[in-house]
Amino acid sequence: MTNLLAARTQMALSLGFHIIFAEIGIAMPVLMVLAEWRWRRSGGLDDEYLQLAKRWAKGSAILFAVGAVSGTVLSFELGLLWPGFMQFAGPIVGMPFSLEGFAFFTEAIFLGVYLYAWGRISPTAHLAAGVIVAVSGAASAVFVVMVNAWMNSPTGLLMSGGRITHIDPIAGMLNPSTLQQALHMLLASYAATGLAVAGIHAAMLLRRRDAMFHRHALGLALLVGAPAAVLQPLSGDLSARTVAVWQPVKLAALEGQFDTEQGAPLRIGGWPDVAARQTKYALEIPHGLSLLAFHDWNAEVRGLMAFDPNDWPPVAPVHVGFQIMVALGTLMALVSLWAGWVALRGRRFAEHTALLRALAIVTPFGFIATEAGWTVTEVGRQPWVVQGILRTSDAVTPMPGLVVPMIVFALLYVGLSAIVGATIAGLVRETR
Amino acid sequence: MGLIASIGMPEIVAGIMVLALNAYVLMGGADFGGGVWDLLALGPRREAQRALIASSIAPVWEANHVWLIVSVVMLFTAFPVAFSTLGIVLHIPISIMLIGIVLRGSAFVFRSYGAGVGPARRRWSLAFAGASILTPLTLGIIIGTIATGDVGSAAGEVGAESFARVFVWPWLAPFPIAVGCFALALFAFLAAVYLAVDAATAPNTPGHETVDDDSARTRAELADDFRRRALIMAALVFVAAAVALALSRAAAPRLSARVAGAPWSVALHVCTAIAAITAIVALWRRRYRAARLAAIVQVSCILWGWAFAQYPFIIPMTLTIRQASAPAVTLTLLLCGLAAGAVILIPSLRYLLRTFHGADDSMTS
Repeated sequence: MTNLLAARTQMALSLGFHIIFAEIGIAMPVLMVLAEWRWRRSGGLDDEYLQLAKRWAKGSAILFAVGAVSGTVLSFELGLLWPGFMQFAGPIVGMPFSLEGFAFFTEAIFLGVYLYAWGRISPTAHLAAGVIVAVSGAASAVFVVMVNAWMNSPTGLLMSGGRITHIDPIAGMLNPSTLQQALHMLLASYAATGLAVAGIHAAMLLRRRDAMFHRHALGLALLVGAPAAVLQPLSGDLSARTVAVWQPVKLAALEGQFDTEQGAPLRIGGWPDVAARQTKYALEIPHGLSLLAFHDWNAEVRGLMAFDPNDWPPVAPVHVGFQIMVALGTLMALVSLWAGWVALRGRRFAEHTALLRALAIVTPFGFIATEAGWTVTEVGRQPWVVQGILRTSDAVTPMPGLVVPMIVFALLYVGLSAIVGATIAGLVRETR
Repeated sequence: MGLIASIGMPEIVAGIMVLALNAYVLMGGADFGGGVWDLLALGPRREAQRALIASSIAPVWEANHVWLIVSVVMLFTAFPVAFSTLGIVLHIPISIMLIGIVLRGSAFVFRSYGAGVGPARRRWSLAFAGASILTPLTLGIIIGTIATGDVGSAAGEVGAESFARVFVWPWLAPFPIAVGCFALALFAFLAAVYLAVDAATAPNTPGHETVDDDSARTRAELADDFRRRALIMAALVFVAAAVALALSRAAAPRLSARVAGAPWSVALHVCTAIAAITAIVALWRRRYRAARLAAIVQVSCILWGWAFAQYPFIIPMTLTIRQASAPAVTLTLLLCGLAAGAVILIPSLRYLLRTFHGADDSMTS
């Protein structure tokens, strides 16, 4: 394994691990606050809602802590693995990172208040602390995604002879991908977490239909997860159209489009055969890609062959990752629409066995889709760390033997995942 | 004075960075120190000691930990070259520190919320305590290595020299390790002093919510436990400081000379000495709040002593604060961001500390 590949693997593992906890950290506070608010609105009578808020808070405390420490690792890994990137981009991306630092600070402070000050402060102050956690969690996600958006569509810098001559960090923050990516990430957090929580409680309801605790939980989780899951495909369309303009190579890779053509088809599934320069076994919808990417039936889509193969990302993982993300996202949206339909007809979720089963199946989909989507955006940008400006191979640390820390951190993350999984499963089992 | 005349935006940002690190040492450092005392919980009140440590740390450790992230983000925003140089040369100790940070945090929450009792709980306690020792030790080693000036010379030899000479020997040396032990001693000292205050002022000692008289006696005994520990640590801090200072003559001659002879250093030495003696006297007389204040001043003086000794270098002998500085526009924006952040942060932190000041754990299910 080359040093570069080891560094990329370690970074991918660290981000892939952290992103799940980050998503949960963004969405769980919303669920806790909703449960506490319902409890207060019932005049403190509906004790199940209070229990629910406390249960969810307990789970969140664990997940938030793991998210916080894995996020710390990432902030250092920027320098441990990519000193070339940080030396180049630090003055530009430092700004959103600093703002993220403050948002995260606020989140950590008020999470401490929320978790440990039940009964110590006024009920309104407690609820307000929860709201602050939810808002600052979302804000820190937006700031972090700004950095990634800048790496995809770098603006706010002038260069001459490979060196930066002028920078404008604000313009860098407001780059053309920021809005789309931040929206996509936030919706992903609410959809993935909301539907995962809904799925867990749906599975519990399949065992015992009359448990009010789980009925309440399912209702609130769907309230957060379902609208986000329905909106996510629209936000995905917005993202894809930005990619089409700013990262045409990434678009070609994720669609498995080798030839430049007008009225390009949308490929569903398939395997890109890079040697043969074609995507095989895909279901092709004529004109689909031109229509989606450019909102024009006959728009020209540039294929991979229009670009230097040295600038191609690894095509297969990007294409397959994209297919997985879209497929799972679509299923999540459909199940959410179904749940909405059931609610509109005035039926109770708990009495709808088929819906409960579907929700239980969908439980992990959001997180898998997140990993797949993150693969698309990161691997799809290769061989660049900053699109078109800085190659990943020029950013990596000169320290040899990076495979060793990579294995150490991989073992650490595997171990932690197992323990977190077991702990959360234990918490869920207690509610039977 | 040359020092004041040469102050511009980069120096101000560097100063705020040291301030953030100072806050981390005082708050996050003490949380690590708490882990040390969890490991060394002894005597008849062993479980009460552990419960007090857990309840003191639980609501605040994540917020305290963010100070480290703030320091690092400031470093890579304002001094990107320094950050990448440290990332390259100190890859190994920084990675070890990160593993310590991950294990400490996760072991602590797993213990708090996971398996209630039995061997699993003891395992997490051990991981929590072990990581609480490892992290300050490596943090001290990192700071010690920076002070020697070996980071800069090693960075110049990347690729040309043998692996160990660039990536291992600079930090695996007597002086950095002595600084690591010094940091560990300081954090354990801070934690013992804070815990004595918490024990003395807690409305209810966790696990001992019995009759008031009884509870008051337990509290006083518990405070005494940590008073004793703080006094022992005060002595060990002195020993560790003496060892580090002695080793610094050979390992970090410039730093050593500055600490010994510069005009500001006399004032700082006097402050440190007064604070150290005050802390000991206050602990002796059970004036815990006064002891806490004195300990805070003492530890801060030591940290700033290091910062001033390095000045104007950010990585001694190769990179000054000026040379490492990002463009002015970045520094300006960073200062604006810090000011705006402080407006939100300071009242929030005060609220957090007020809410949990000397408080017990109210999270029950």
